[in-house]
Amino acid sequence: MQISGAQMVIEALIAEGVEKVFGYPGGAIMNVYDEIYKQDKFEHILTRHEQAAVHAAEGYSKASGKVGVAMITSGPGFTNAVTGLADAYMDSIPLVVISGQVPMSLIGTDAFQEIDAVGISRSCTKHNYLVTDATELPRILKEAFYIAASGRPGPVHVDIPKDVTAQIAKFDYSIELDLETYKPHTKGNPRQIKKAMEAIAKAKRPLFYLGGGIINSNAAYEVRDLVHATGIPVVETFMARGTLSHDDEYLISMLGMHGSYAANMAMSETDLVIGLGARFDDRVTGKLSEFAKNAGVIHVDIDPASISKLVNADYPIVGDVKNVVEEMLKQSTNINPAKYASWREIIKNFDTLHPLTYHEDTDRLKPQWVIQRVGELLGDDANISTDVGQHQMWAAQFYPFTRPRQWISSGGLGTMGFGFPAAMGVKAASPDKVSINFTGDGSILMNCQELMTAVEKKLPVINIILNNNYLGMVRQWQTLFYEKRHSETDLSVQPDFVKLAEAFGGIGYRVTTKEEFDAALKDAIEKNIVAFIDVVVERLENVMPMVPAGGSLFNMMLLEKKEKK
Amino acid sequence: MEKSERRVISVIVVNEASVLSRITDLFSGRGYNITSLTVAPIPDSKYSRLTIVTSGSVRVIEQITKQLHKLIPVLKVYEHADLVEKEMALIKFPVSENITDISTLCGAYNGKIVNVGDNVIIVMVADEPKRVDNFLKIINKYNPKEIVRSGAVALER
Repeated sequence: MQISGAQMVIEALIAEGVEKVFGYPGGAIMNVYDEIYKQDKFEHILTRHEQAAVHAAEGYSKASGKVGVAMITSGPGFTNAVTGLADAYMDSIPLVVISGQVPMSLIGTDAFQEIDAVGISRSCTKHNYLVTDATELPRILKEAFYIAASGRPGPVHVDIPKDVTAQIAKFDYSIELDLETYKPHTKGNPRQIKKAMEAIAKAKRPLFYLGGGIINSNAAYEVRDLVHATGIPVVETFMARGTLSHDDEYLISMLGMHGSYAANMAMSETDLVIGLGARFDDRVTGKLSEFAKNAGVIHVDIDPASISKLVNADYPIVGDVKNVVEEMLKQSTNINPAKYASWREIIKNFDTLHPLTYHEDTDRLKPQWVIQRVGELLGDDANISTDVGQHQMWAAQFYPFTRPRQWISSGGLGTMGFGFPAAMGVKAASPDKVSINFTGDGSILMNCQELMTAVEKKLPVINIILNNNYLGMVRQWQTLFYEKRHSETDLSVQPDFVKLAEAFGGIGYRVTTKEEFDAALKDAIEKNIVAFIDVVVERLENVMPMVPAGGSLFNMMLLEKKEKK
Repeated sequence: MEKSERRVISVIVVNEASVLSRITDLFSGRGYNITSLTVAPIPDSKYSRLTIVTSGSVRVIEQITKQLHKLIPVLKVYEHADLVEKEMALIKFPVSENITDISTLCGAYNGKIVNVGDNVIIVMVADEPKRVDNFLKIINKYNPKEIVRSGAVALER
């Protein structure tokens, strides 16, 4: 079949089963958009900013488990998208991002809207391509989808010059991929798994340390089986929230900088860390030399470079965590869950001593209450996205997650402005669930133009703005570590968020009481259009507990006890 | 600080556009050091071979090899332990210097005179990097006008 490069892009997307494409047209990608216009196999969702297109594709991918697709033009279109690429790279989200490029004859001439896109994306993608001939397009697009989704997933960028999208060439998508140099190691070494299981059987205080890799490899239910078969307690990273249900008896909580006291103490007291799909991020480990100091380490990861990068693994296992956990489960029959009862008791005591909680005693709403309240009212019926800041940590701490892919947040890169567009992608992938975005008055302004997309495409995301008129997390650090010099974090001058939502055709609520909040949330769900719920919360609330950056996990700043009146 | 060691790493890559910048970007982006880098296609194949001389702690070297291997066009990464390593240098001397001495010295370092002009002679040596260092130190007294050194190439014994 002889077709144009632009048609090839469409045919490839259809062949890959793509249902939604997020994007923004422009000069260099126009040939492809002309073909999008002519087809009805997939929906194109026009965002109002290229960064949002990539975040929406990320949210779509995270919620659906499929490869997210974003389409952008050259130059500024591409540079706007870079933050999204970097975000997806850090959180191992499979994306294919297709950008237009100036014609081959103009490349290198500083042409209008020209930028060295593959040069820029090289450091924030798993792989990238500049397509110089349309005959290469079928292979490259097929490789792009395969590379994005296999191994440690990640974003792949395909840059296509305008004349290549116009070039007519043969299209055959049934080609076999021949990637001699790329062969992800998915099966864990059986001998290493056996050794790890022997170590588990010997351990007195083992601890599962679950990371986002479990969500990526759809291994959460296998992990639940393994946990229940062994009775070993569990800490989750920020990215792994939802692997176990919040009410699972073996789940302690999240660990790390804003993890619970019990989770961090369990990590400090364990004699065997069983790391599954987690990469020992600095926000998790705190001071490395003090991290799980007396413990052996089992580390299962698909990415060999993640193993022993920061913490030396005594039992390194390279493989897809789903395969490895299935194998571990088979070999777990000799482990008796009752064996760890006293260890679980110790952890329970930690939790009783300093539970994850907050004081509810001021005139203003507490942000933590708002999150818990959404949990009570919606629970499993909502998918939860967030922006970045205090609200994000409170959501990770207090939302009662029940399932994997319920929790979508920017972990590795910490991208403010991620939440709203991501929540649109989540809604597009999962229309039956309520799509909530917890955000802050700082974060929401970074992609609030997406109100227009949400209105036009009927993506009724409910943005709950935990408004403290501060860039809260930075303010918290300034309070704690910079003698309260609140340099440029006071956001007292803010737009009227109600009017802002209304100006785009959405709906806005300003909320100062619990009753108003309940009513607003109920109304927003009933009206089923994009909403801003601007919740006036306590201004000076801190995220607690906290491990100061570089501190040891067992040295936490704790919530101050309230004196009894 | 962990001890920093010199290491020679060979990388076999698919010979395609921009593959070299993928390698060098990896080094610069992650703050690894490159002492020298030599690259040429492997005859009768679609691959190229890079020889990278680098230094770092054991942990850093391990990361370098793992991260290199993660790059999609990389076929193999060898971290050499027991190897034959050669480097080349070209040196230009004024023709007024003692050419016999220079020529003898070159012979001792696996080299020779490669060009004689009206005013200058050019010699080459090809030897282990340390010995090339040595040679360059010795010939200093003959007032070399220009020195150019290649990166190292290496093969496992």
